Amino acid sequence: MLTTQILYALAGCVIMALGLRGALLHASLLQRIVAINVMGAGVFMLLIAVAYRGPGLPPDPVPHALVLTGIVVAVSATALALALVRRLHAEQDDD
Amino acid sequence: MNTMSLLVFDGLLLLSIVGLAWASLATTDIRRGVILFIAFGLLLAVAWGRLLAPDVALAEAAIGAGLSGALLLAAVHRQPRPLPPGSANDSMNRGTAAVSMAVRWAVTLLSAALAGTLAWALLHAFSSTPHDMLPRAISGNLAASGVSNPVTAVLLNFRAYDTLLELAVLLTAVLGIFSLGQATPGYRPAGPIFDGLVRWLVPVLILMAGYLLWVGAHAPGGAFQAGATLAAAGVVLRLAGRSRIGLPDGFMLRIVMAAGVGVFLLVGLSLLLLGRPFLAYPPAWAGALILLIETAAMLSIAATLLLAFLGGQPESTGVKAAANRQREELPRC
Repeated sequence: MLTTQILYALAGCVIMALGLRGALLHASLLQRIVAINVMGAGVFMLLIAVAYRGPGLPPDPVPHALVLTGIVVAVSATALALALVRRLHAEQDDD
Repeated sequence: MNTMSLLVFDGLLLLSIVGLAWASLATTDIRRGVILFIAFGLLLAVAWGRLLAPDVALAEAAIGAGLSGALLLAAVHRQPRPLPPGSANDSMNRGTAAVSMAVRWAVTLLSAALAGTLAWALLHAFSSTPHDMLPRAISGNLAASGVSNPVTAVLLNFRAYDTLLELAVLLTAVLGIFSLGQATPGYRPAGPIFDGLVRWLVPVLILMAGYLLWVGAHAPGGAFQAGATLAAAGVVLRLAGRSRIGLPDGFMLRIVMAAGVGVFLLVGLSLLLLGRPFLAYPPAWAGALILLIETAAMLSIAATLLLAFLGGQPESTGVKAAANRQREELPRC
C-alpha cells in the first residue's frame, strides 16, 4: 500500500462528495454545473490515484486515457448545459 | 526530495484542493465561485503532475481549468440581473437554496456516506496485490502501436473505439448548442495593450498546438491538448473583439466540425475493406494513421470548443447566411 495513493484517493472521495452535495442543494443552475464539474474532478482524482504505482515506476496508462476522455466529455457536457441555461433564462425573460 | 517533504507537499496540496472545492461551492456569489473553481482546476493539474500523469495535467490546465473556466465566466457575464426578492423565479437566480434544514442535513449525510463507502472499497482494493495485466499488455504491445507514448497508444490504438465515440459526443454537444440559438454578440474591440498582446499570443498558441499534436506520439501531448490550445487562440481573438476568429464559414465549418469523427470512421471502414478488424491498424502504418486521425480530431476539437464558447451558431458573413436570416427572422437571441 502506498501512502500517496491512499491520500489522493481519499481526497478524491471527499471532493466527489462535496460536488454531489453542491449539485443536489444549490438552487442556482450555474452553481449546479460547477458542482457537477467538481464531482467529476473527484472521480478523476480517484482514477489517477489508482493508476499511480509509486515514485520511479511507470503508472498504468489506461486510467490516464479514461480521465483524458472524461475531461473532454465533461467540458462538452458543461457547454451544452450552459447553452440550455442561457435559453431557459431567455424564455423566462419573455414571460 | 526526501519522503517526508513530499508527504508535507501532498498534504498541503490536497488541503488546498479540497478547500478550494469547498469554497467554490459554499459561496453564494457565482462569479467568485467560478474563479475559485478555475484555481481548483489549476491545482488539480499540479496534482496530476505529482502523480506522474503529465498528459492529464496538460489537458486539465488547458480544458478543465482554462476552457471550462472561460465558458463559465462568459455564462456568469450573461446571467440576467437578480430578480427582486420574493418574485416567482427568485430561487432560480439566487445562490441560496430554498430547502429546509432537514433536507440539507439528509443530503450532506448521504454524500458523506457515499464517500465513506467508496473510500472503504478503495482501501480494500489497495490492500490486495494490484493486477498489472493491463499495463503489462500495453508495454508489451507498445512497439506495434505506432507511437511510444503509452497514453496516446491507448487513446488512438488499443481503445480507439472510446476516442471515436468521444468525438461523437463532442459533435452531438455542439449540435445541441446550435439548436438552442444563435451565438452571443461579440465583445468591444480591445485597447492597444491587449491588442498588442493578442498579436503575439495567437501565433504562439497556434505554433504550440502544432507542437503538442506532433509530440503526442512519443511524449505528453496529443490531439486534445492541441485542440484546446488552438481553441484558446480563437477565444483570445474573440475577447479582443475581433470579428474573424479563425472559424471557417458555412459548409466548411460543418466539414471541420465533423472531420474528427469522419476521418476516424473512414480509416476504420477502409481497414474493414482491406480485411482487417475495425480500427486495427497494420503496425507499419499505425504511426501515420494515428497522426492523420489526430490532425482531424484536433481541428474538430478546436472548432467545437470555440463554438461552445460562442454559445451557438456563428453569424456568418456570407451572403447565403444573410438570406437565411431574412427567411427565418429569428424572434430572439
